[in-house]
Amino acid sequence: MTDTPLNTPADLPIKVTARKVTVSYSGKQALHDVSIDIPDRSVTAFIGPSGCGKSTFLRCLNRMNDTIDGAVVGGSLTIDGQEINDKTIDPVVLRASVGMVFQKPNPFPKSIYDNVAYGPRIHGLALTRPELDEIVENALRKAGLWDEVSDRLTHPGTGLSGGQQQRLVIARAIAVNPEVILMDEPCSALDPIATARIEELIDELRENYCIIIVTHSMQQAARVSQHTAFFHMGHLVEYGSTEDIFTNPRDTRTQDYITGRFG
Amino acid sequence: MTDTPDISPIRTAVSKNLGSRYRAESRFRAAGLAAVAAAVGILILLLSSIVSGGLPAFSANQLHLTVDLDEELVDPSGERSEDSLRRGSYSRILQNAVRTEFPEVTGRRDLRNLFSLYTALNATRLMDEVLEDPTLIGTQYRFTMPLADDLDLYLKGMLVDERSFEPQGTLSLDVSDDGVIVRSSATDFRDLASEVARTLRARATLLEVDADMLAERAEGLSGTEAEDMLYDAELNRRQAAEIRARLETEAGPIALDGSLPSILVESDGRTVLLTDLARNGAGGTGRFLLGSEAVDGESNWSLQVIDTPAERRRVSDQLIVWTRALEARGAISAAFNTYLFANADSREPELAGVKGALYGSILTMIITIIISVPIGVFTALYLEEYAPKNRFTALIEVNINNLAAVPSIVFGLLGLAVFINAFGLPRSAPLVGGLVLSLMTLPTVIIATRAALKAVPQSIREAALAVGASRTQTVFHHVLPLAAPGILTGAIIGLAQAMGETAPLLMIGMVAFIADAPTLGLEGFTEPATVMPVQIFLWSDGAERAFQARTAAAILVLLALMIGFNALAIYLRRRFERRW
Repeated sequence: MTDTPLNTPADLPIKVTARKVTVSYSGKQALHDVSIDIPDRSVTAFIGPSGCGKSTFLRCLNRMNDTIDGAVVGGSLTIDGQEINDKTIDPVVLRASVGMVFQKPNPFPKSIYDNVAYGPRIHGLALTRPELDEIVENALRKAGLWDEVSDRLTHPGTGLSGGQQQRLVIARAIAVNPEVILMDEPCSALDPIATARIEELIDELRENYCIIIVTHSMQQAARVSQHTAFFHMGHLVEYGSTEDIFTNPRDTRTQDYITGRFG
Repeated sequence: MTDTPDISPIRTAVSKNLGSRYRAESRFRAAGLAAVAAAVGILILLLSSIVSGGLPAFSANQLHLTVDLDEELVDPSGERSEDSLRRGSYSRILQNAVRTEFPEVTGRRDLRNLFSLYTALNATRLMDEVLEDPTLIGTQYRFTMPLADDLDLYLKGMLVDERSFEPQGTLSLDVSDDGVIVRSSATDFRDLASEVARTLRARATLLEVDADMLAERAEGLSGTEAEDMLYDAELNRRQAAEIRARLETEAGPIALDGSLPSILVESDGRTVLLTDLARNGAGGTGRFLLGSEAVDGESNWSLQVIDTPAERRRVSDQLIVWTRALEARGAISAAFNTYLFANADSREPELAGVKGALYGSILTMIITIIISVPIGVFTALYLEEYAPKNRFTALIEVNINNLAAVPSIVFGLLGLAVFINAFGLPRSAPLVGGLVLSLMTLPTVIIATRAALKAVPQSIREAALAVGASRTQTVFHHVLPLAAPGILTGAIIGLAQAMGETAPLLMIGMVAFIADAPTLGLEGFTEPATVMPVQIFLWSDGAERAFQARTAAAILVLLALMIGFNALAIYLRRRFERRW
């Protein structure tokens, strides 16, 4: 792997830059020298077999690896040119601008309203109740959930269906107005209809955010992303526009993976 | 399917041992059901024995006497000051009141006997009532006090075996120099005479059998031991011969002594205790225990036989007669035993109550809650959510778990050495008791809290962290509320355990007779006190029989407290429980 990323998309401004990022858990190396440039206002998909390091890399981008005992992250990671992989950077500040959606919908066991309002509340984004109401409504509208829940905002968020819960979690993430949204297999626990709904949503959100999605489904990567990175055994094997990766992979491993020979 | 030839081998294999599989399952079910049934049965047995033992303590027979609050006796210096009122002769007032009920009692010994209808401590209670309301002075006041514990038990039918008859026939009582001559046309005296004779004969036989056994055993021995045995055997034989001689050769009446049932003849406010029973069944002689007038041809009378011999019971015939007379006059009534809840401990069972121990328990538990719950919860929070996982924290964790298994008396020793000797805190005080029990409860609270925190899914922590919550915000906004039901349950179980603990309090002087309840306030924490389980322990050791029922009653109160505590735990659990 060379120092400079492959096939950097030229038409879009670069949001996230990684140089020689390594991660080890209790001395066991999980990620080897990953260098990548991720563009803004587009969807970038990370694909690869289980345990390839794609989720590990994703968790570097909002320093969630900090919460794991024995995790050591090396190399340089910048968002908008600012180094984030540094002990002097407060992960709380970072995480306010880098939202994350997890594999399993994990709404707080509180009301729908409180779920969305939690982030703005702790960051003091709204001074008055009407302001907060507006933020919550906007976030729910962007997440395409407003019409379904506007009449039951006080109901518990855990009472929604799986797909609705995942959209609620997305609303919770965008309520703090982040720049980057990380999605770690957001549809793996959902049925095809809910998945389609989330994918539509991701496509809509692309206009305003830099979205990075980890997925096991190559069809999904093909459907929603503009750029795709293929990870294998802790290495970034290939990165480029989604079309190129799926129609004209340069590495044999990528080819084997997308044609279903392994993984 | 079974008769088709091409049955698959897996099916044959499965159906071969299917029967034994189902048998194993039904065996296991039966064993489980039996275990549950045994547990429920033992629980019911335990509860019913405690309830039946404790119920009598919840009612008390009260003695109502009209006391003459004579000014000279109540207020010796006549100035109505508290000091003067405190020097009043209240026991004289009570004695006068009970003497008015039985004016015929004059002898010193009889009077002392009469005054044992109630305990002398009641004089202090009378004084307190007068101090509270000095306008009572100079009036005739209806004073209520508990009947002496043994008489209370007697009235509840727990002390003696007795029976009454309404004989058919007339009764004559003649006063003579030898006592009261009782004559009757009823057949009951004849029956009683033969009954007593039978009892004596059986006693003689028993003595003879005993003598034979002693003689037999002495044959195989020699020296002084054998001599002693033979001497005892001879003594038994002589006693048996005496009894038989009394029964068979003498023509006179049978003397009724303390080893035989007491026979009481009652008629219209008189009671005669028979001392001799005529063998021909015509009646006997006796003495008046109540009243003194002769009667001729009275047909309205009754016989009362107290089968428990006088020498084997704690109440004399005389006291029983007085008690019955007072009951017949309406001066004794059974009521709810308020003393059990309104009083602290007392030497006299009828005045003893659980108030002191209850207050002591409350004060001790307040200290325990204040100390152990916050320290325990925050320790667990730190260890679970903040502390790095390394050798040092692992060591701490092992030590906390081991601490939960330390015998509770060791904590008592620690409390004695540290809190009392080193810090100089007062002995027997709820403050020290609470501190010691906190030490004992801490590991339970920590372990329960850690388990509750571990049960909170990691996804909730990640969700909060991902929106930019700090670690502390994550813990206090999300993790702690979700863990609260578990923490509360654990803490309350630990506290309930502490509430039932006696051993550690032994070492710090809380196992003591304390006659005053501590104040339910700040100063109460340093006043001498005891706690419920200790009170139960002390009462179970009480010499008076009435303490037995009070022990069971105190256990019931403690059980009620425990059930209340657990109900609170369940309520809080329900209240705070949220699903995720």
